[in-house]
Amino acid sequence: MAVIRDIIPAFELFQPATIDDAVRLADKYRDDYWVLAGGLDSMDWLKDRLRRPKAVIDLSRITELVGIKEANGGLEIGAMTPITQVVNHPVVKEKFGLLREAAELVASPQIRNQGTLGGNVSQDTRCWYYRGGWTCYRAGGNICYADTPTAINREHAIFDADRCVAVSPSDTAPALVALEAQMVVRSTRGERVVNAADYFVGPGIDITRMNVLQPGDILTAIRIPSAFAGAQFYFEKVRDRQVWDFPLVNVASALKMSGNTISDARIVVGAVSATPKRLANVEAAIKGKSRDEATADMAGKMAVEGATTLRYNGYKVPLMRNLVKRAIRGVPAPAVTT
Amino acid sequence: MDFLKWGRSPWGEWVLTHVSWNLFWASLYAGILFFLAHASYMLFSAHRKRSSAETDAMEASRKDLPERIERHNLTARLFHWVMAASMFVLLFTAFLPIAGVKFPWVQWHWIAGIVLVASILFHIVHASFFLDFWSIWVGPKDIPEFKAEMLRELGHDVPGPKPGKYPLGNRLYHLALVVTGLAVSITGVLMLKSVRTPFFVRDPYFLSDVGRGVTYVSHGLAGTGLVGLIIAHVYFAVRPEKWWITKSMILGWITRRQYLEHHEPGRWRVGSTSAKPAGRV
Repeated sequence: MAVIRDIIPAFELFQPATIDDAVRLADKYRDDYWVLAGGLDSMDWLKDRLRRPKAVIDLSRITELVGIKEANGGLEIGAMTPITQVVNHPVVKEKFGLLREAAELVASPQIRNQGTLGGNVSQDTRCWYYRGGWTCYRAGGNICYADTPTAINREHAIFDADRCVAVSPSDTAPALVALEAQMVVRSTRGERVVNAADYFVGPGIDITRMNVLQPGDILTAIRIPSAFAGAQFYFEKVRDRQVWDFPLVNVASALKMSGNTISDARIVVGAVSATPKRLANVEAAIKGKSRDEATADMAGKMAVEGATTLRYNGYKVPLMRNLVKRAIRGVPAPAVTT
Repeated sequence: MDFLKWGRSPWGEWVLTHVSWNLFWASLYAGILFFLAHASYMLFSAHRKRSSAETDAMEASRKDLPERIERHNLTARLFHWVMAASMFVLLFTAFLPIAGVKFPWVQWHWIAGIVLVASILFHIVHASFFLDFWSIWVGPKDIPEFKAEMLRELGHDVPGPKPGKYPLGNRLYHLALVVTGLAVSITGVLMLKSVRTPFFVRDPYFLSDVGRGVTYVSHGLAGTGLVGLIIAHVYFAVRPEKWWITKSMILGWITRRQYLEHHEPGRWRVGSTSAKPAGRV
């Protein structure tokens, strides 16, 4: 493992006041800058000296990146909005409880006060081989140290591994994919809107990135449409330490009901692949079925079809199967902690 | 410009990881520059072919030759096109993502790689036992032909030897392709152990850090080299004066006149009585 040192290597710090200034800086420094949002993950990277950017662009002074506003029955959340603010927002509570539940389970209260929604969805993987500073595939090398006969890979992927077996560690990402959110990305070329499901990138597409952000891009906002506002939500996160940890597996579901019949569904599982895994086959299978034990059982079995385990992560298969079953059953979500 | 990429092993040692992908762009631009330069040169080239009168005379004296002379049999043509298809899939899947077109390329790449390796193995057996093995290779015996071709290129009408079955450029190209093709295939098979396939249990520790680095760098060097080589090949295949060769790779035969005009009958002997020439083709 890398040794955390006390002194961060020198860099030039920029604290732009507008998004335009930020994207101009990002364009100017291209491959040699680091975007600082809440700064929680960034400090690890910088103190471990695994990232030595020439420039750091601190977004904390850009007020237009903070805040939640209603738009077209949905919400637009600034990328720099603290997670605590998302959890406590009345419209999030009322209409998009799924995001609230997911955000509520991110890390600890202190971290949620400092961490931002944009930072949480865009954070890098927690694979310790990668974070150990070794030149694995994700770091531009030619090997995955986590997928070897002797690797310690308890937290790694059971789906969609393509040379790299790292997983997405975000709790809010599965919820946003389930809510059909859209990510607003700005660069000097203008603004583009990317569906949350397409925002995350697997190793087969680009092994060195977790999302579509390219040099010069900055995530500015997350839009949640009204499509699943007020639906029946379920979020559950299983982790080693209940007080504060990344997910071993999490599940987010949004069901629209017509009586006891499921009329539409979104089910997304996190920490089983490099991207939040939307279970489109399960969604299609449960549509039109009643919300009962038989449907839940079928959904759980379907969810894990095609899973490929590593030496130490076989437990994720029954865990995911049961979480999906529980999401269909609709067992009450864990009590919030704030 | 760095040509090689280095990384840190878990033991803190610097190890080779890849070639710099700048080499891909270098090879791409070199291939394009070559075809632009050659096409420009050919506009003003004074290259001397065998004269019509001489070819007429030869044709009149060799009425015993069939009208159509088999240049590539069906097996050889199938090999060529299968290899070409797999090579294009390999190049596109390898380099489009580097050029910015992102897609899940690995599975397509290794499947095409297996097709390429299988076709090369087949070709080695086929060429060794069923074709005139030495007709495609270059050696000291080709120096007179090289001199004669250079002089013809400069506009001189020289009596030196014409090519046998394969023009000198063709044979030199084959040699380059053998080196790069074998390098990319052998290293590719070794790299196959690092990805999930139905054939092996994935084991990236199959090679040492140094061995893996050398394998990846060799694969990258050969792969980027192939970009330029394939551009040159496609360019020559579509050049008007070479079209008769390309056509023979599709149809399998050339005309008697083309045979006499472009080849040295003494160096590529074909049968004289049957529609299909006797001997190896």
